[in-house]
Amino acid sequence: MSAKYDRAITVFSPDGHLFQVEYAMEAVKRGTTAVGIRGKDSVVVAVERKATAKLQDANTVRKLVQLDENTSLVFAGLLADARTLIDRARVEAQSYKLTMDEAPSVEHIARHIANIQQKHTQSGGVRPFGVSTFVLGFEGDNPRLFQTDPSGTFSEWKANAVGRNSKTIREYLEKNFEETEGRETQVLALKALTEMVEPSSKNIDVAVMRKGTQAVYLPSEEVDAILKELAEA
Amino acid sequence: MEYVMGIKGKGFAMVCTSATAVQQIITMKHDEDKILPLGTHSLLATSGEPGDRVQFSEFVAANVRLYALRNGSKLSTKAIANFSRGELATALRKGPKSTNLLVAGYDKGKGASLYFLDYLATMHDMNIAGYGYGSWFVLSMYDRMWHPDLTEAEALEMMRLGIEEVKNRLVVASPTYTIKIVDEAGIRTVTV
Repeated sequence: MSAKYDRAITVFSPDGHLFQVEYAMEAVKRGTTAVGIRGKDSVVVAVERKATAKLQDANTVRKLVQLDENTSLVFAGLLADARTLIDRARVEAQSYKLTMDEAPSVEHIARHIANIQQKHTQSGGVRPFGVSTFVLGFEGDNPRLFQTDPSGTFSEWKANAVGRNSKTIREYLEKNFEETEGRETQVLALKALTEMVEPSSKNIDVAVMRKGTQAVYLPSEEVDAILKELAEA
Repeated sequence: MEYVMGIKGKGFAMVCTSATAVQQIITMKHDEDKILPLGTHSLLATSGEPGDRVQFSEFVAANVRLYALRNGSKLSTKAIANFSRGELATALRKGPKSTNLLVAGYDKGKGASLYFLDYLATMHDMNIAGYGYGSWFVLSMYDRMWHPDLTEAEALEMMRLGIEEVKNRLVVASPTYTIKIVDEAGIRTVTV
């Protein structure tokens, strides 16, 4: 029955659903988990790293990418879909800079990505992006954290999670979120992620973005140190 | 009048441009920076029609940044020069850009390089290069002074002598100049 409303993405089902968009959301839910936290002086993302094949170079499979000098993106969902979104966001960042002679705001980039995702829910011959993204960056002294999803909505968050078990982690964050500073933000991000992910630097990456610099991964020793503290506490 | 000179030394490249912005017979300002940094280890020294000059150099800068973000690695100085040459060549039969360029840079493992590109899309890998009336006689001075082991101090002295000669011999010499150096440590501006 529902198959009838499943052929083209632009067709509503009688009860108002766009099945393909909902399936894309499902693809995101099955993707690896990512947590984003906005601290007072930094934005921190903690992501689950999928086990790579024995002979694969793990460094070539990364969920955090740089969009512009001071803007980065983390995603959950289909990596291949994310790649084209990332590329178009990068082009937009440079195109904006070329036109305006100033860096685009984090919100502008997030809106641009959401616009592309929205177009892919309403155009013919296309399929929605199976990707949710966190766009993180700074505007002056203020850290910003935006999220986009396959339907094309975008919103700003103090803290949020996407991907597998994101609901549980979001509930954890709703209970435990507080305004954090410095290392505390990294600790909170790891606390939230390890609610559902095995606590080991082998399958967790933490990246920190501070004012005026690009996002950098924490060395695995530091991740392990925080995880050890959490285990002992 | 516009003046651009570039020198490649041992482990560094140095470029100098006049720092005046001219409108017809009026000098608008004396602190116009015509040397654009491209990333951390390349410079684009420009001359020509002011509108085209700024438009083209910003276009090159944006593409160099985009390449670095897309590929996670920087373009070499040679690649930047070749990309710019390609763009000038394409533009030549459509809407030519009245822009002459010097691309100077330092690449790890390769050392310093200096490329000459004019608006007709000519490109040369040079030891010394320049544009403008001043370059007509400063180039011959530099021919005599340049040697493969040129130090930074020697090159800076060459730049100083070049500017002095221009101010001495050219009716329409610019009163102010910008000099930038690129080497292993990156880019810096110097004054003489």
